[in-house]
Amino acid sequence: MSCWDTIADYALRSQGIGERLLPRTDFTLCQQFTLIGSGMIWNIYFGVVALLSGFFLATAVAMGKAVSNPLLRKPSEWFIFIFRGSPLFIQFFFAYFVFLSLKGAYPFFSPLTSAWAGALVVLFLNTAAYSGEIFYGALQSIPKGDTEAADAYGLSGWSRFRRVIWPTMLRLAWPAYTNEAIFLFHATTLVFFSGFPATQQRGDALYYANYFADKTFNPFVPYPILAGYFIILTLIVISVFGLVNARLNRHLPQERRKPIRVRPQIIR
Amino acid sequence: MFSFCTDPASLEGAKWLSCYLTTVKHMSMYYAVVTVLLLLAITAPTALAFGFVGASAARSQIAPLRWVGKTYIAVVRGIPDIAFFLFFVIALDQAFEYIRHRIKCPDWEEPVRQGNDFIVCTAAKLPLGNSPQWMHETYGFMLAVLTFAIVFGAFAANVLFGAMRAVPKGQLETAEAYGMSRGQTFWRVLVPQMWVYALPGLSNLWMVLIKATPLLFLLGVEDIVYWARELGGAKQPQFTEYPHPDWRMWYFAALLIFYLCFTKVSEVVLDRIMAKLTHGQATAAGEAQRKAAA
Repeated sequence: MSCWDTIADYALRSQGIGERLLPRTDFTLCQQFTLIGSGMIWNIYFGVVALLSGFFLATAVAMGKAVSNPLLRKPSEWFIFIFRGSPLFIQFFFAYFVFLSLKGAYPFFSPLTSAWAGALVVLFLNTAAYSGEIFYGALQSIPKGDTEAADAYGLSGWSRFRRVIWPTMLRLAWPAYTNEAIFLFHATTLVFFSGFPATQQRGDALYYANYFADKTFNPFVPYPILAGYFIILTLIVISVFGLVNARLNRHLPQERRKPIRVRPQIIR
Repeated sequence: MFSFCTDPASLEGAKWLSCYLTTVKHMSMYYAVVTVLLLLAITAPTALAFGFVGASAARSQIAPLRWVGKTYIAVVRGIPDIAFFLFFVIALDQAFEYIRHRIKCPDWEEPVRQGNDFIVCTAAKLPLGNSPQWMHETYGFMLAVLTFAIVFGAFAANVLFGAMRAVPKGQLETAEAYGMSRGQTFWRVLVPQMWVYALPGLSNLWMVLIKATPLLFLLGVEDIVYWARELGGAKQPQFTEYPHPDWRMWYFAALLIFYLCFTKVSEVVLDRIMAKLTHGQATAAGEAQRKAAA
């Protein structure tokens, strides 16, 4: 069987399309590359959707934490504390069993017990909490002159937020937010190792890498392949976020614009 | 546990709960909490040592050593840590067995890797096939500790590397002006001063380390996640004296609260240490402290 056949069979295996049976003996490099790459579809799906949706909740939570009204501030603070203070792994397990009992009571919730929806909800809330804290920190460090200038121009309410506060907040938060995005993509590998089942062996990249490592008892091939895929993904994330960063900072003189780099010392 | 627990079926309410929560299996779960704390207590200093060595290597004058240090730091970027955990547990195990195999059975001729099998001679097995159960558990735990230390050592190396560069140049130049050698400058000036710059990063790392402890479950150690799944699952009356439906949700809620309390306590303690260390330092935080006191 040539490598093209393998790709045709397994490229969309993680979505349940193509050959049903996973390879069992005589594992080739091509099979490992294809299947692990196929699993990356899930990682990208979880990461992108959670990031895009979490962004809005994060902005709301950050604004909520920054206001003085305790009715808004307290829930935001608790939301951030609960999701940042506990391990994501436990959150996945807890959420899965909550969804399981919800499903028992109301069949309406049954999609939440499968990974594509349930794990996505957890990742969405988790990244919203982490980014919310980042955005809150940025809100606190908006230069006083900027808001005073907005007041002087007679801006207030929504237009003051939309034109001054929000862009400045994003600009200040962006390097840390890039970091959060990278670690969110890494966190997506936990999904199929927690409660959420991989139905019909449709798993993510780590699921397949683990499958191969278990079958061949040789970790030195599948995990480096996985690492390679993730390094590529990380580089893509950095460059996309770098483009946004360039746009956010377009009004600054050239030398004050700092390119984004990964800063693992501020890991989540 | 308690004397009134002899017939669980007759118990009600709080009494039943107090008996239920003190069964032998629950004791194993509390014991697993101790395992987690033990892991943290061993891993944190080990990872810090790994990090220190890594950071020192990365700023070494000898090029190959510097490359090794930089690569070690760089591997943590871009790759999920759980992939490292799964990788190192098998890789370390095989590496140890392979080394023992080469030493203990020099006249073994077949290759170690035959197809999908990894075969070493019986004398090289770790732990030996005839050793007691606790040896196997301890070996598994040691592998987990080493894996955690390697992964978090890389993070710590990155933090310490940054901290070493943050120490003001003037301090090092002054040390040189006093005629100190490179080693003396490093140990007497750089190392004592770098901690205040490293602490924010290290406290962040401690939080991450706490939150990584449930991953022990993936390394095959019977930790709290294992017991929460085990004990929470639905129990039929014919197998246990304490039948109950699926309670895993409540067990994981308890774990969630445990971790929340743990991180909260750590946060408070670390804030205090930070306040102590910044006292009188020429940093922004130290300045703010001075102003607040005045």
